[in-house]
Amino acid sequence: MRTRAAAMTLAVALSAASAAGQTADRRAPRTPDGRPDLNGIWQAVNTAHWDVEPHSAGPSVVRELGALSAVPAGLGVIDGDAIPYRPEALARRNENRANRLERDPAVKCYLPGVPRGMYMPFPVQIIQSPAHVMILHEFAGAVRTVYMEDQMDAPADSWMGWSNGRWEGDTLVIDTTGFNGLTWFDQSGNFHSEALHVVERITPRSPDTLWYEVTIEDPEVFTRPWTMRMPLYRRVEENARLLEFRCVEFVEDLIYGHLRKQPDEAGR
Amino acid sequence: MLRPFIVSNGALAALAGGLALAGPGPAVAQEPAGSVRAGESYRAPRTPYGHPDLQGFWSNQTYTPLERREGVTGEFYTPEELAVIEGGAASRESAQTEPGTIPDVHYDFTQFGLDRSQADRARNLRTSMIIDPPDGRLPPVNAGGRRTAAERAEAQARLGGRWDSAEANQLDDRCIIMRGVGPPMMPSGYNANYHIVQGADHVMILSEMIHDARIIPLDDPAAPPAGVRQWIGLSRGRWEGDTLVVETTNFNGRNPFRGSGERMRVTERFTRVSDDVIEYRFTVDDPGTWDRPWTAVNLMQRTRGPLFEFACHEGNYGLYNTLVGARLEERRAAEEAEPSGGR
Repeated sequence: MRTRAAAMTLAVALSAASAAGQTADRRAPRTPDGRPDLNGIWQAVNTAHWDVEPHSAGPSVVRELGALSAVPAGLGVIDGDAIPYRPEALARRNENRANRLERDPAVKCYLPGVPRGMYMPFPVQIIQSPAHVMILHEFAGAVRTVYMEDQMDAPADSWMGWSNGRWEGDTLVIDTTGFNGLTWFDQSGNFHSEALHVVERITPRSPDTLWYEVTIEDPEVFTRPWTMRMPLYRRVEENARLLEFRCVEFVEDLIYGHLRKQPDEAGR
Repeated sequence: MLRPFIVSNGALAALAGGLALAGPGPAVAQEPAGSVRAGESYRAPRTPYGHPDLQGFWSNQTYTPLERREGVTGEFYTPEELAVIEGGAASRESAQTEPGTIPDVHYDFTQFGLDRSQADRARNLRTSMIIDPPDGRLPPVNAGGRRTAAERAEAQARLGGRWDSAEANQLDDRCIIMRGVGPPMMPSGYNANYHIVQGADHVMILSEMIHDARIIPLDDPAAPPAGVRQWIGLSRGRWEGDTLVVETTNFNGRNPFRGSGERMRVTERFTRVSDDVIEYRFTVDDPGTWDRPWTAVNLMQRTRGPLFEFACHEGNYGLYNTLVGARLEERRAAEEAEPSGGR
């Protein structure tokens, strides 16, 4: 494996796209049992969090936040110019987008789903063992367990899905199903149904970067599978660690505020 | 009269979004816990990274109370005494499944959760988790601890009644954090299940309840800055022989453990003492609450995985519905108070 990795290094280094292949950069760390070592704290640096499609800059949806939460332009992380929506699904996406403040589930601190959690502006920690690869998100403390052993079909629908993993060469391939259909891909209303099937491919492309590809399949919403590609960067600072972003209490007034007892009702 | 259904067991109300672990695994015979000494004869297998292997699915469920009960003087029960205690508790828990009762509707643990009687439990003859002080009881709360308790009570009173707002509810009903998630990690009333995964230089302990993942860096040289306060504190780990030692500070003091405050330091020691049991020993040092540290021990029993997602907040119909019910009740009371036909 190591020899093959060395032989492929040049090609991998020359082209980010070819890093999507099966061979890790030879400088990337390996575990004692010879697998690519994905342990670390990683973070995307792009605009997919706002919109996975190519997009121009745009204003903030919250007037008071002005330029601070305005949307930066982005070339997009998808193959091609647009997600291949079915016509009726595209109409719903556009409606979602127009009502994103009310409809985006992440506004309410709900679990972000897959792959959205991977490219939110929060770090993601991978803890890798032979039997389980843990993908731990700072956002909402979301957790995903990738079963490398004892795999099974999704036993129930959930927010973060059910992930089975395998190695294809130096690529960790994660197959995830069992979604509840309630999560989005970004802040722009891009969505899916319960039929979502996500296949992620994670390959080290240097000691401090991973190449992340994710193919989205959902015949109820899209006319064909489509793919996003992006690097994930290691948080290299010595003291990097995931901290708490326990956001439930930050949204209680938003969700339950209208049910608050009014002082005049209590005579106080 | 319309009363909001009172949920006494925290996040149970939110279980619409959660799932229970599969049924209990086969009973495993163990040595009496009291005879187990950390690392005495057992050598844990190693992870690929060369560390003692604590990985797998574990339950810390137990009938052993933190504090020794009044009137109990010995450090250990006899097996016969323990059988009587556990049998009585199990029958009380199974009474929750009697048809037609409210618990049957809301608490049927044969349907969606594992209460103590169903959980895999390590055999434990201890009469209390606390081993120091030797009387098995918490040290007295000091003046600082009493002051903190009074301040907390005042702050809670300012929030009004429990059903006045989301914020006035309990932390677990709000799906923010389970009270016992710690550290120190105390068994929850049900689904006291954990998944431990070890990477190259981190140990992760996932608690099923509200999917709380502790990420413990090993041999982290940097002391955490005082300005960062967390619900579960900031943990740092190291290996002492086959024992994982975890030091945790930087608590925000908002999920107190038996009255503890922000200055609490928890030292946990995880030692695998057999293929199927981890000894969990912890020392709590909080001079703001107790004049002396105290130490306790519990056992974690291997159980069957996997853990399922507990999306507590996302499925928190319980909190929403209790607030709706309380407002409805107030409106009805106001209407009844008005003179008839008084429009």
